[in-house]
Amino acid sequence: MDLWRITWFTVACAAGATLLVLPPGIVVAWLLARRRFPGRALVETIISLPLVMPPVATGLILLMLLGRRGTIGRVLERVGIDVVFTWKAVVLAMAIMGLPLLVRTARGGFEQVNQRYERVAATLGASPARIFLTISLPLAWPSVLGGAMLAFARALGEFGATIVVAGSIPGATRTLSVAIYSYTETGRDEQAFTLLLVSVAIAFVALLAANRLVDRRAA
Amino acid sequence: MIAVDIELAQGTFVLVAAVRIEARTAALFGPSGAGKTTILDAIAGLRTPRRGTISVDGRVLFSSEDRVNLAPHHRHVGYVPQDVALFPHMDVRRNLLYGRHPGVSPDLDRVVRMLEIEPLVSRRVTDLSGGERQRVAVGRALMSGPSLLLLDEPLAAVDVPLRRRILPYLQRVRDELRIPILYVSHDREEVAGLAEVVVLIDGGRVTGVEDLRTAPPLRRADA
Repeated sequence: MDLWRITWFTVACAAGATLLVLPPGIVVAWLLARRRFPGRALVETIISLPLVMPPVATGLILLMLLGRRGTIGRVLERVGIDVVFTWKAVVLAMAIMGLPLLVRTARGGFEQVNQRYERVAATLGASPARIFLTISLPLAWPSVLGGAMLAFARALGEFGATIVVAGSIPGATRTLSVAIYSYTETGRDEQAFTLLLVSVAIAFVALLAANRLVDRRAA
Repeated sequence: MIAVDIELAQGTFVLVAAVRIEARTAALFGPSGAGKTTILDAIAGLRTPRRGTISVDGRVLFSSEDRVNLAPHHRHVGYVPQDVALFPHMDVRRNLLYGRHPGVSPDLDRVVRMLEIEPLVSRRVTDLSGGERQRVAVGRALMSGPSLLLLDEPLAAVDVPLRRRILPYLQRVRDELRIPILYVSHDREEVAGLAEVVVLIDGGRVTGVEDLRTAPPLRRADA
């Protein structure tokens, strides 16, 4: 069953991409919310770029970096890792596109945490790492989780970057949105429509969950 | 002994405070905006003076000359801010145990009994009354085994009858645990009931020090 295989593959890649960006995304969000450092505006801008750049352009940048002649691709090839046109490229494209949504939402959560709690925790003998893990992160958690759900939902619908860096290889790199495009192109409208319903349903549930989490944090 | 000799700028406000306190309990007394909380923040390591020294019982916490500036978590100074700032995602027990250091902290049961907060231990902090929150916050600070306890207007958020009920708990902390206490207050009754020494602060300057052990309380203080 193509439908289930594509759906499962897409959900698994989107979940993998979300888990991949969660640790660095949380750290960057916290740094942007709590620290002033040189190059902060630059970091903020680079993280947000995929939000405003054409996804195809993001895909092209990834292709240039990860291709066999790319800066990163050459190194990876030497250790026997192929990324381009594999499931890894799908996960990476999804991760890059979801990262800004995670960082922006989580950052808002960290900014809402009253710094009084963090300061009092310090006077109680807690190290900065312990304060982060026991005070800042738990209090910002609904926003972090909401951001992760948004990143997941964005990853599910990823098309432009994925098709450039991973292609549309049936059974290997074909995701829901890429499959919808391929089916439509080849006149298989019924399958395209079924996949459309599936992606709408998954994205709806993911967004609903994200909004509920962020709303709960704001309440 | 607490020795503070600092200059600290905060926007256009500049605090220049020099005082040595040789008493178990001292109050910083003065009008709003005088710089009382800023002094507590500097001692706790939450604000950095631009110059000067801060030491507690000979232990240097800050010295601009010697480039010493201990991080708040290395100062062993318990701090109860005015809004108490109990961690809202933890119950009372977890709040109390947050700063516990084995071998240094007092026994939890002793602190809980002293502050009469046994019935509150398994409660959520969001369900506590103002007075209960205040006592839990004091207990949490004590559980970190501090060598100095800083209280920022500990009774400001509670009404007068409740103040009279909480005051004895603070007196017990002073008498039973024998931890030096430095606190900020506006309340003459509270100062008279707790403090041995009153440091008068106004406009970012120390304007006087009264030893209540030898002088009538606050005869010059009109804050």
